[in-house]
Amino acid sequence: MSTETAAPVQMVNVQIDGVWLQFPKGTRVIEACRQAQKLIPHYCYHPKLSSPGNCRMCLVEMGMPKMTPDRNPVVGADGKPEIAWIPRAQISCAQDVSEGMGVRTNSPMVQECRKGVMEFLLINHPLDCPICDQAGECKLQEFSVEHGTAESRFLERKVKKPKSVELGPRVTLDAERCILCTRCIRFMKEVANDDVLGIVDRGTFNSISTHPDRILDHNYSLNTVDICPVGALTSSDFRFKMRVWFLKESATIDTNCGTGSNITVGSRENVIYRITPRDNEAVNGCWMPDSHRLNFKYVGSPERLKEPVIRPQLGEEGPTWQQAINLAVEAIKRNAGRVAIVASGRSTNEELFLVKRLATALGAKVDILPRSGVADGMLIAADRNPNTSGAKLLGVATGQFGEIVAGVKDGSITALIALGEDATKAGLSEEDLAKLDAVVATDILPNKTTAKADVLLPVSAPFEKRGSMINLKGRLQRLNRVVTAPGSARDDWEVLRDLILGITGSNGLHSVEEVFKAMAAETPALAGLTLSRIGDLGVDISLP
Amino acid sequence: MAYVVQRPELTFKEKAYLPSILNGLKITFGHFKKMIKGETKVTMQYPEEKWDSQLPEHYRGAPTLVKDEHDRERCVACQMCEFICPPRAITIKPEEIPSDNKFAKVEKRPREFEIDMIRCIYCGMCEEVCPEQAIYLRKDYAINGLTRAEMVHNKAKLYELGGVFAGLVHKWNPEK
Amino acid sequence: MMTLAFFNSIPWEMILWAAGKAIFVIFLVVLPLVSYTVYAERRVSAAIQDRVGPNRTGFPTTLLGFKKDLQLFLGGLGQPIADAVKFILKEDFTPGGVKQFYFWLAPCLAMLPLVSLAFIPFGSSLFGEKMVIADVNVGVLGIFAVTGCSVYAIVLAGWASNSKYPFLGGIRSSSQMIAYELSMGLSIIPILMLFGSMNLSDLVQYQADNGWLLLPLWGKGWSWERWLMLVPLGISFIIFMISVFAETNRLPFDMPESETELVAGYHTEYSSMKFALFFLGEYAAMIVGSALMVVFFFGGWSLPFIPDGNGNAAPLFQSIFGGIYALLPNWVWGLANITVFFGKVALILIFFIWVRWTLPRFRFDQLIKLGWLYLFEIALANIFLTAAVLAFTNSK
Repeated sequence: MSTETAAPVQMVNVQIDGVWLQFPKGTRVIEACRQAQKLIPHYCYHPKLSSPGNCRMCLVEMGMPKMTPDRNPVVGADGKPEIAWIPRAQISCAQDVSEGMGVRTNSPMVQECRKGVMEFLLINHPLDCPICDQAGECKLQEFSVEHGTAESRFLERKVKKPKSVELGPRVTLDAERCILCTRCIRFMKEVANDDVLGIVDRGTFNSISTHPDRILDHNYSLNTVDICPVGALTSSDFRFKMRVWFLKESATIDTNCGTGSNITVGSRENVIYRITPRDNEAVNGCWMPDSHRLNFKYVGSPERLKEPVIRPQLGEEGPTWQQAINLAVEAIKRNAGRVAIVASGRSTNEELFLVKRLATALGAKVDILPRSGVADGMLIAADRNPNTSGAKLLGVATGQFGEIVAGVKDGSITALIALGEDATKAGLSEEDLAKLDAVVATDILPNKTTAKADVLLPVSAPFEKRGSMINLKGRLQRLNRVVTAPGSARDDWEVLRDLILGITGSNGLHSVEEVFKAMAAETPALAGLTLSRIGDLGVDISLP
Repeated sequence: MAYVVQRPELTFKEKAYLPSILNGLKITFGHFKKMIKGETKVTMQYPEEKWDSQLPEHYRGAPTLVKDEHDRERCVACQMCEFICPPRAITIKPEEIPSDNKFAKVEKRPREFEIDMIRCIYCGMCEEVCPEQAIYLRKDYAINGLTRAEMVHNKAKLYELGGVFAGLVHKWNPEK
Repeated sequence: MMTLAFFNSIPWEMILWAAGKAIFVIFLVVLPLVSYTVYAERRVSAAIQDRVGPNRTGFPTTLLGFKKDLQLFLGGLGQPIADAVKFILKEDFTPGGVKQFYFWLAPCLAMLPLVSLAFIPFGSSLFGEKMVIADVNVGVLGIFAVTGCSVYAIVLAGWASNSKYPFLGGIRSSSQMIAYELSMGLSIIPILMLFGSMNLSDLVQYQADNGWLLLPLWGKGWSWERWLMLVPLGISFIIFMISVFAETNRLPFDMPESETELVAGYHTEYSSMKFALFFLGEYAAMIVGSALMVVFFFGGWSLPFIPDGNGNAAPLFQSIFGGIYALLPNWVWGLANITVFFGKVALILIFFIWVRWTLPRFRFDQLIKLGWLYLFEIALANIFLTAAVLAFTNSK
């Protein structure tokens, strides 16, 4: 609860299913019930959107304090006000709590109402659950089981509406499944500020449509798919790819920009199928941009680097990891004092910590490769590196990139370690790289730098490793492993640890937790934290 | 409470083993003689004698896919059978039916449907769970092959085994 | 040099005859007999248990281009051959941690019972040559010496396998062998006392002339002394038979490999041909045991009314059928004797099988108790009984 408001929050007494509880004034009844562990089924209500109250699923029995003729509450034998129950059910999503209010969430009348509402909602439903991508996480299915009846009494012909309509490049509409809750319309209007959706036709032929001249191509359009309680709006990308009950859902964070949106990744048998936003009020609420959530295909790309590679003249084909690491260490030692490290703002704190150690041991110049774009004023930050804050905190982002480039060009730097970044993107040409005595690169996909690398070590993509990152607002968040890396690719921190081991002799770190512990011991801003203490929602830290 | 079971008192004849042994030999010889004379009823001699004509209607043989009377694949690749299959014998790769197809309204169909008959345990869960009545256990029980790959029934093979099954589901009929 | 001189002194015809007889007995008679005993075991057990048994494997003439496999009268006669091929083709696996040398030695020793066949007269004579590989005067002792060694196969297999079940099987086997070898040896002594020689050929010839030891119906056998001798000889026979069962590890005495307790006993860790050797050795031991019973108690190759390989029968039959004997060449009668011998062996083998599928297995302590506390004492007492009977008859 915010403590900034000057006036103390006024609390009101509300009776929910016979229990008196206190809620801040202004709480919606449906929210109050949720806080009291009484879940009220609902379709149109969404905590982040306005409440039109059109699905009628959240009906509850309500009552107000019984008043004496002189407008004083009648107090019952237990010292609490007696409640005069309203004889018809009320929707709980559009009503705020008030003093002395009574709510019955599960009375026979409420149950009867829900049953009736469910029956009406399902009248024209095509019942094509077998092909519906929402099946398994569909609120119609869930509430039909909990509150509906097994049989339909509807004998007439169902209304036919368009199916498989492409509302935009990323969203497909099935109008038959739609229950007209208007969540998508309200999202586009209220959150995305792009009022492109609306209801057309009348009465039973009501259906969702885009503005005649427009398509639903907003970069946040896939959030309508998330909030659609039924299978009306589905993701064209995820369409018919995998049933949701097969998906293993792993909590991690988005690494496409400095916002660090919290995400849930659905994967099955080591293949990522979809990414959905994960609620975190401190970071992204419950939304995320389409461009970020669809950017996972590269993880399963057949081009992924799977085995360590060394330049042919250095040794035989197919070196083992140990041979490759030994060669890298040898090349770095040979050029001691003339080494530069191109680190990455996409690395985790643990990796950056080890990069710093490596740079210190070698006396090398180090900097991260900047990566910037255009901020959209919502959830996409201009800094497209997810961990610039961490790099700054750990002393890897030094602003020396210009010196590194100059050093390479004038020959004072003869060896380059590129950690997951393409050095040609920051002022170095391929000829410059060819001129160097040694290039050691780690990466997940081939690029111009990896093509020039003397030793190329395959590492893990963001979905394949564990670690922590700090977003631009200074929130330390955790990255989790969703799938395993292909081939014999290793975690970046393991590669860095082995390089340091080869150069300095010892370090004694055996797990990513130990790396974090060592990092927390040396970094005041992280003092007292461990990887597990970060939790799924992350913690705010004070950046210097 | 523990109690003592009195062992039966053996007579001398019983204690002497040999008469009992002779008695046993007599019994086994009786069986032998009956078998030799062909009086013993023996089991069905499989490849020559078969029970096929008497298989009950509910016999659970190899799972197959069926088409309906309009030659439509009944399966819509909902993957319920893949989910329920206890030995995980079923693998389905779904795809969207192209819009120019006669059955485009059905939207979804299996691109590949594989049942690994080495894994299949003929439990019939797939048939029971299928919402489209598309998978049936037919009466084929002699499933064999020389390689593991041969034992994986793909979509074509499953439809070949299943054939046409006219029946109840009319959900995808536009008139309905 | 002495040994060389010794070998040089042996006439080469003798060596040829011995080799020929050995090859004939082992490869043409006993090994096929072993294979088909296994087959018989399966068919007889099936019949006893109201099953059909292996009735499919014919001779794969389809491989030679024929339309149909050759199925002889019962069907399944190709089964032993198929089994043998299967055994040869299976992976010959030697587990890690075994004592390699002894692990390989044990199955070889398992074939040792075949050696004792050398002392057994399996026919009268053919072309004037006695049908016994080694016609020695210590035949009985030789047989016991050789069969006594067969326990080494099992003990070595059990110990070398480096596995607990084979080890238990080996231990059980050794104690069982010791227990029953004694009574087996002692049960033969009455015969030796009666006959006064250890030459098995002579023993069989004696039975041919004077009636089988258990069927004294002609020659000297037709006398009350021999009928009185039936009492100790009958006891001898029963003890000897039980001991043979125990020695060959047949049910009800198959302790060393009792599969319900010891997986497969001493040969648990063996596969392919090494296992097959154990299997063959076991059945070879059965054949040797049956042959001994035939030689000692059932007149060996002799059958009343059939003369030996020289055309001579017991005087009683000679006087009646002598003319008929002369009609056919002598070698026919010699072959007939050999057939008779192995026919008798086969009958006893069937009896072995019959017993196996009738009786349950003994408990190990019962087995040892039976061996040491009953059979051994009875066999010992039987010697004195025989002596008494002999003394009584001789005094008359």
